[in-house]
Amino acid sequence: MTQLQINGQTKDVEGSDDIPLLWALRDELGMTGTKFGCGMAMCGACTVHMDGSAIRSCVTPISAVVGRAISTIEGMETDRVGQVVQQVWIENNVAQCGYCQAGQIMTAVSLLKTTPKPSEEQIDQAMSGNICRCGTYPRIRAAIQQAAGQLAQGAQL
Amino acid sequence: MTITSGLSRRVFLQGSLAALTLAVTAKGLVTAAWADDAAQKYGADSMPGGTVDDPLVFVSIAEDGTVTIVAHRAEMGTGVRTSLPMVVADEMEARWEQVKVVQAEADETRYGNQNVDGSRSVRHFLMPMRRVGAAARQMLEAAAAARWSVPVSEVKAVQHEVVHERTGRRFGYGELAVDAAKQPVPMVDALKLKAREDFRYIGKDRVRMVDLEAIGKGQAIYGMDKRLPGMVYAVVARPPVVGGKVRRFDASKALAVPGVIKVVEIPAMSGAPGFQPLGGIAVVARNTWAARQGRSALQIEWDDGANVSYDSSTYRQTLQAAARKAGKVVRNQGDVAKAWSKAPEAERLVAEYHVPHLAHASMEPPVATVQIKGDKVEAWTSIQNPIAARDAVAARLQLKPENVKVNVLLLGGGFGRKSKPDFVDEAAIVARAMPEATPVKLVWTREDDIQHDYLHTVSVERLEAAIDSRGQVSSWLHRSAAPTIASLFTEGAMGEQLFESAMSAINMPYLIPNVRVETAEVPAHARIGWFRSVANIPHAFAAQCFIAELAHRAGKDHRQFALDLIGPACQIDPGAMGDTWNYTESPERYPYDTGRLRGVINAACEGAGWGRTLPEGHGLGLAFCYSFLSYTAAVVEVAVDDQGAVRVLSVDMAIDCGPQINPERIRAQLEGGAIMGLSLAMSSEITFTNGRVVQSNFHDYEVLRHNASPRTIRTHLVNDDHNLPPGGVGEPPVPPVAPALCNAIFAATGKRVRSLPVRTVV
Ligand code: FES
Ligand code: FES
Repeated sequence: MTQLQINGQTKDVEGSDDIPLLWALRDELGMTGTKFGCGMAMCGACTVHMDGSAIRSCVTPISAVVGRAISTIEGMETDRVGQVVQQVWIENNVAQCGYCQAGQIMTAVSLLKTTPKPSEEQIDQAMSGNICRCGTYPRIRAAIQQAAGQLAQGAQL
Repeated sequence: MTITSGLSRRVFLQGSLAALTLAVTAKGLVTAAWADDAAQKYGADSMPGGTVDDPLVFVSIAEDGTVTIVAHRAEMGTGVRTSLPMVVADEMEARWEQVKVVQAEADETRYGNQNVDGSRSVRHFLMPMRRVGAAARQMLEAAAAARWSVPVSEVKAVQHEVVHERTGRRFGYGELAVDAAKQPVPMVDALKLKAREDFRYIGKDRVRMVDLEAIGKGQAIYGMDKRLPGMVYAVVARPPVVGGKVRRFDASKALAVPGVIKVVEIPAMSGAPGFQPLGGIAVVARNTWAARQGRSALQIEWDDGANVSYDSSTYRQTLQAAARKAGKVVRNQGDVAKAWSKAPEAERLVAEYHVPHLAHASMEPPVATVQIKGDKVEAWTSIQNPIAARDAVAARLQLKPENVKVNVLLLGGGFGRKSKPDFVDEAAIVARAMPEATPVKLVWTREDDIQHDYLHTVSVERLEAAIDSRGQVSSWLHRSAAPTIASLFTEGAMGEQLFESAMSAINMPYLIPNVRVETAEVPAHARIGWFRSVANIPHAFAAQCFIAELAHRAGKDHRQFALDLIGPACQIDPGAMGDTWNYTESPERYPYDTGRLRGVINAACEGAGWGRTLPEGHGLGLAFCYSFLSYTAAVVEVAVDDQGAVRVLSVDMAIDCGPQINPERIRAQLEGGAIMGLSLAMSSEITFTNGRVVQSNFHDYEVLRHNASPRTIRTHLVNDDHNLPPGGVGEPPVPPVAPALCNAIFAATGKRVRSLPVRTVV
């Protein structure tokens, strides 16, 4: 059994500790917000945060995250940046099928935490690991820029 | 202006022509049948289940006023789960904030056709859903009038209330719910549909997708997300060659993997693939990871079968050779050979274009959960065609279809792949092998998805044209060499069928006196499926690049040259071009309207600033298409550097789809279609070696990512005309994008790219 810290809570995962975090979350813990898209760190659908930075949970065994703070899309509602990003995602009607969007949001949140005012190139760099087959990229870009603007304003208040 | 129910069913029943129906037979296998029925049915009436417009089926009102509207079509990203209920809500004067949308299970007798495919949802259900809403509104009004004992003409439904205007009395919908449900459902000719100016939601962008918030919070439930107590997980090792079989296998190492519970053999397919599972060995485990580990530990010896020799480079030569020989003539007008021989050598143009196989690669791979309890089965899946899933499972388990309940969850993309229920059938086979009532979730990995897809065809298109002494195109020959979708259902079917030719090959409307369209009889060695916009992709790629080439040869501006070829606005009977398919719609209701085509060309060109002076290395390219009863045009601006690297700077996308129901989602489809069109134009390609798909995941089956995506996509919605019948929206944006890109590359560099994907320009 392996003990993990997920969204501020302690969770026990049964079985071997070489299971990737993605499958532990989804199949063992029933947290299905984190998505499976490729299983080899090529698409970003499974993005979660480990101590605040974006990681691909499909290639990260749970043994590697013991003692680290994991947050998932389910935890973003209580995250200041996460809330803003979720809200601008709605305002920009970003999603089409929506399947990739949890991963897109997780990557965007970690980008905005490290780079509050990302340039076009920084957005490209941070986001290019997240595929959206429906083609929502222009709206994602617009949403990130809007979130950056709002967060900057909020910081001044 | 009042829209009456003038789009009545009577109109559908006129005329006679052949239509392709993908009919599900009693055995659950699908056959392509050409119905040549004297009482020809068109559009929705030609689909299994037709349409249903009974308000009691689609609407219920709770006493607290909550209006529940059934979405009977699956959501795969187009927004249809919002748009159709929104139409109902608008007509019935429901406040959207008090509307709840519930998803229908598979039941076409009750709800009408549920096959979400062919860009048909709004096309076929706009009017039935308007009638549902209007009927519900009139029943509420009748209930209120009865309570007040006043003539119904004195009352009016306004925003979730019925108001008696003279006295100012009012009842909320909740208060009327019970009485309204007892009112007789109005006859179709007694329905009063709203006038367009009274729409609150239709065409207004006031309503966001119902799932938007849940998606952002990770709470939306896709097929991949279904959970049930005691659920086990399965993955399948499938034959690497289509038609292959397991010769022998050893599961002992797989069974030794911790968490693995069982292995189950899936019977090999036989005959035409249809929607059959490919066969192979399933590994069942306590989680997906253990199942995958178990699968890797299987030792399987395959009997590859005849398709083992399928090799993409050899096959391309086969296609090329076929495209250079006379084929089956599917349209012949004037005398192409004569015009060709009269034209001087210098005025003859020949070009061959190639589009490879493509995989759909929806971000959610195929997945289904099945639970069998005695003679009752329940399935939960993300599927475009739930009835096909129900019938496949019923046939597999030898049960009556009504014993199988298929619950439709959100699709993480579909693009045509999830029309095929093979993965649900696989889940049923595994569930049958497990102890009674064990829920089995059968997951396709990305590798499974890319290596065992129902692929987009592969094609070589040959175009030949002659230009006469006045600079006019005097002859046009278009010959397609591509394996057909019909091979999925009929073993040995060769070459494109009419419904494929009728996607931008046969139905070319240009003012050219001599026209011939031919198809080459080439065999299929893979499962050929339908991919968003289908045969329009290769046909429009070839024809639209070729027009640009002709314009260049004639020394004319491409846009002007194209408009001249199209000629003045007129309506053409598709049948006169040999297109007796017309996406199954009536030629009277849906003629080919060249004025609408001109409209989108002009909108895209004006949006992009066609004709403006561009920096060195930049180019603008145009292409247009008529597909799924809508008209689209794209203008792409590229910058090509001296290394030949192509950067797409902007795309202008225009569509005329007739009435615009949910403009914001139409724009989303145009943007997404531009990206998917660029993906297939610039990076995606499936190839075969030794009968096996070479690519396996997103590292070698590349799709467009953020960094290659254009920063600017401008969308232009043209001609929001409610007097026109609706056209499709999901598929039409894709076909013009690749040719517009290649035309832009030519404008930038003088180099012609005739084979996709482009990658770099050399
Ligand atoms: S599933 Fe992890 S990156 Fe694709
Ligand atoms: S919204 Fe469908 S994959 Fe991104």
